Amino acid sequence: MKFFFHIGRYFLMIKYTFTKFTKWSVLKKLIFQEIDDLILGSIGIVAFMSFLIGGVVAIQTALAIENPFLPGNLIGFATRQSVILEFAPTLISIIMAGKVGSFITSSIGTMRVTEQIDALEVMGINSFNYLIFPKIISLLLYPFLITLAMFLGILGGYVASVYAGFSTSFDFIQGIQLDFQVFHIVYTYSKTMLFAFVLATIPAYHGFYMRGGALEVGKASNISFVWTSSVIIILNFIVTQLLLA
Amino acid sequence: MITVNNISKSFDNIKIINDVSAVFDKGKTNLIIGQSGSGKTVLMKCLLGLLDIDHGEILYNGKKFDKDNISTISHLRKQIGMVFQGSALFDSMSVLENIIFPLRMFSDNTDSEMINRAKEVINRVDLKDVDNKFPSEISGGMRKRVAIARAIVLNPKYLFCDEPNSGLDPKTAIIIDKLIKEITIEYDITTVINTHDMNSVMEIGDKIIFLVEGKKIWEGTNTEILDTDDQMINDFVYSSELFKKVKLAQKKN
Repeated sequence: MKFFFHIGRYFLMIKYTFTKFTKWSVLKKLIFQEIDDLILGSIGIVAFMSFLIGGVVAIQTALAIENPFLPGNLIGFATRQSVILEFAPTLISIIMAGKVGSFITSSIGTMRVTEQIDALEVMGINSFNYLIFPKIISLLLYPFLITLAMFLGILGGYVASVYAGFSTSFDFIQGIQLDFQVFHIVYTYSKTMLFAFVLATIPAYHGFYMRGGALEVGKASNISFVWTSSVIIILNFIVTQLLLA
Repeated sequence: MITVNNISKSFDNIKIINDVSAVFDKGKTNLIIGQSGSGKTVLMKCLLGLLDIDHGEILYNGKKFDKDNISTISHLRKQIGMVFQGSALFDSMSVLENIIFPLRMFSDNTDSEMINRAKEVINRVDLKDVDNKFPSEISGGMRKRVAIARAIVLNPKYLFCDEPNSGLDPKTAIIIDKLIKEITIEYDITTVINTHDMNSVMEIGDKIIFLVEGKKIWEGTNTEILDTDDQMINDFVYSSELFKKVKLAQKKN
């Protein structure tokens, strides 16, 4: 029963987030602040992880297909498919559930513990809209991070396979151009937008409704990560079934 | 004036506020006192609409405080200032930005007008050289002053203070109490203060409501509370050695 209570309260929170809007001049500043914290602040980790993951995918593919009868462009092809379809949108989103999600939960949770949310409500400000709406809007730029992850993932694969001698530059580039389907990009960005919404709202829910002190803020961040990553994986399965199967 | 008629509030079937009725007068400092856990904060949160009441009604100047009536509640919220126990200043904003915040949200003033008004209230609460500091960089007493400045910047009609001098040294606590009292008279507002500090009661208690386990058991002024025969109130008032000695000295005289 408690599970359904949380589901219901989560959807009510989303409803309240889109009602009684904060003054635009204030909201605008908050949105830019969130873009800085959530998107620009994540470029470093996304770039680092994507480049290395792309490299690992290329090396593992190369090691798995040592058969000389398989075409040389297979490493590039497999790296592109893995990075675009799965590693960039899904794995990066799970990493972001840890980085961005924990930040959202702990910042809102700390505001709850220190009565800052009560202060907003006493002033007659819709705290849902003031705190959560700018996060949702800023995460509309999340596809930018995923695009960067795709590019750097494939670049990492190229560097690893070419410079480690698993593939030639020509073969790899031919591989990443092979049998390219635009629908795969549509699929990837569709689930990226879905994950962006999850990344903004589930951690916000756990921060907003937490009770207690500093220890509970830590616990809430932990629970928030578990739920956000679980929901991302479940949604990934559903969207893949619906769009690709 | 705020009128409370027979309000009750329960959590998990345990009554925290039990059929409380009271009138909080305009231009006076109205104190809600009682031991820790007596329901003072819950009562204040009910008055502010941060908690929904189970029974009864709350009237602000005769108008029912109804959370579902969006236009009335929005108008009323702008007339309420609140000083929280932990000050509740926004960590990410400087002192000046914290004080300007209500103006930015609810007024159409220009930036320079807002800054001038903020500086006016900063001077009123005797704060100096802290405009660009962040809440984490100033003392507890200063944070309370900033919280008071933020609460009065919109010229409220109602001021609520939850344990305004908790965590402060006795001298600073008295200064904060006196500041609240002065502001109450100066702005002619209805001030409601939660406290368990007898010094505050004696300094600024124009009207006092005594709560025990969520029930109002006594109402009076700060002079009347010293003379009451109620054992529960005497246990609370004379729990400190200082007040016992004062009582003893009064009897001798």
